[in-house]
Amino acid sequence: MKDHETTFRCHKIIGGHAEGEALVSHMPVCFYLTDPKTGTVREKDHDLKGKSVAGKVLVFPSGKASSVVQIDGLYKLAQNGVAPKALIVKDVETVLVVSAFIVKIPLVDRLEKDPFEAIKTGDFVKVDADKCIVTLTEQE
Amino acid sequence: MTEPPMRVGRTVNRMHLTKEEEQILGGELGEGAQKAMEMLVAIGDAYDAEKMIPITRAHAASSGQEGDLYFVELLANGGARCRVPTSTNPVYDIPFFHKTFERIPKNEANVAKRVMEAYRRVGAILSWSCVPYLYENIPLFAENVAFSESSATPYVNSVIGATTNREAAQSALASGVVGKTPLYGLHIKENRKGTHLIKVETTLRDEFDYTLLGYYVGKHVSYGIPVLTGITRRPTTEELINFCAMTNVSGAISMFYMPGFTVEADTAKKAFQGDKPQDTITVSMHDLKRACEELQTTSGKLDFVMLGCPHYTLKQIEEAARLLEGKKIRRGVDFWICTSGTTKLLAERDGLVQTIERAGGHVVVDTCIDEPCWIAYKNKTGMTDSPKCAYYRRFKEVMVGRLNDCVEAAVRGRRE
Repeated sequence: MKDHETTFRCHKIIGGHAEGEALVSHMPVCFYLTDPKTGTVREKDHDLKGKSVAGKVLVFPSGKASSVVQIDGLYKLAQNGVAPKALIVKDVETVLVVSAFIVKIPLVDRLEKDPFEAIKTGDFVKVDADKCIVTLTEQE
Repeated sequence: MTEPPMRVGRTVNRMHLTKEEEQILGGELGEGAQKAMEMLVAIGDAYDAEKMIPITRAHAASSGQEGDLYFVELLANGGARCRVPTSTNPVYDIPFFHKTFERIPKNEANVAKRVMEAYRRVGAILSWSCVPYLYENIPLFAENVAFSESSATPYVNSVIGATTNREAAQSALASGVVGKTPLYGLHIKENRKGTHLIKVETTLRDEFDYTLLGYYVGKHVSYGIPVLTGITRRPTTEELINFCAMTNVSGAISMFYMPGFTVEADTAKKAFQGDKPQDTITVSMHDLKRACEELQTTSGKLDFVMLGCPHYTLKQIEEAARLLEGKKIRRGVDFWICTSGTTKLLAERDGLVQTIERAGGHVVVDTCIDEPCWIAYKNKTGMTDSPKCAYYRRFKEVMVGRLNDCVEAAVRGRRE
């Protein structure tokens, strides 16, 4: 079967471009609750538990937890080279903007289609935040 | 928690920047100020802010962690200086702890030292206090400010009636450097509308009841602006501080109303700006008791007592000294009170610190309970009057109780 490519407009918050495999979570993410050496989510009862965010285009509803732990969590992942490559979120808040700014990861929201309908884990996603474009290659 | 609706809005950012703001963003005032401005513009874009507004002061919830170190050094090395008074949160009293404990890892100490030095270089007020709104950096009614820190954000919005968003340490510092914040969130009156009605159906006796109430409200509201009714007695400063801090342990509460006692709306109706509450929650004595039980993980013998999360006020230190007067803390139990340098100075003048030390306790400054300086207690069991202290889990087990129960347990060496 042929791979199907689709382009969506989005809203840039932190610029840059990156591409990689999508990892989709339906739950808010706290980067402090991942293994800083591998990027594996260790939060109890999380839908990503046991999966690694390393090198992924992470699609999730929003961030959570205090600013100190969230920022430090993502910073440690980035230092160890296991941070996500880009972040696509539904709802953004100050702490998530600051976190992505510090580690220089593209962050976008307002995908023109609901990201949870459009993107599945395993899809290949290109995020060009500067051009406000997300390109998706669905894995059939 | 109800999920916020998906934001449909512009995909192109159009925040208006003044000529001076453009110059800062272009790097004309140095690289440090430029980085600070870039962060503020990203936040403004995220919220569709139309412009920046001036702020009068900021509070950066500094911490001895690497993410914090990276950003404050980035600004300091880029020559940034705070344009408005910008206070700092506690890290730890480096000389004291390294003299007292041998096991603190060198690397952690190095991070803490560099963080504290970098905040000095950007010209911050080195308050090292998590309650700076009491002494070192006090907003006035209706001032626009940028205050991070769990008790500070709701206290400043609600008790004082200044306006601040729930800032991260770094966004607050960036605002302190630029002297501005994007116009969004709680700086806009419509966004300061109450969301949840909390009917308090019990008498709140003391700080600890307010602590439990804060924990309960944070847990059940999660995210929103609670409006509390049924409170019959004016809450004290300490009760309000503890309430504020705990709402941000179990939830994310940037503002609340207690009509009659907080400044912005004198009735619940006004707090809701004419709308209906999204939800109504009642709080009984039974609910608070259960919240307290939920927080206990153990009982029996203890190795330490940890007080001052948030930092103790002079009145709380006075109460601890009164309870400890003429008593001896049991051998093998360490007794700590964390406070600000300003408060300790006043407590020394009154002889309170001396009373606590005679009983075998310590009053430490510049220090947060969530710092690596406490590594000696990692596998130990303690007691605190703060669920926030228990929550961070730097310690093996932490029991939670009132100050007088903590003192009694310290003297007896155990709690049943």
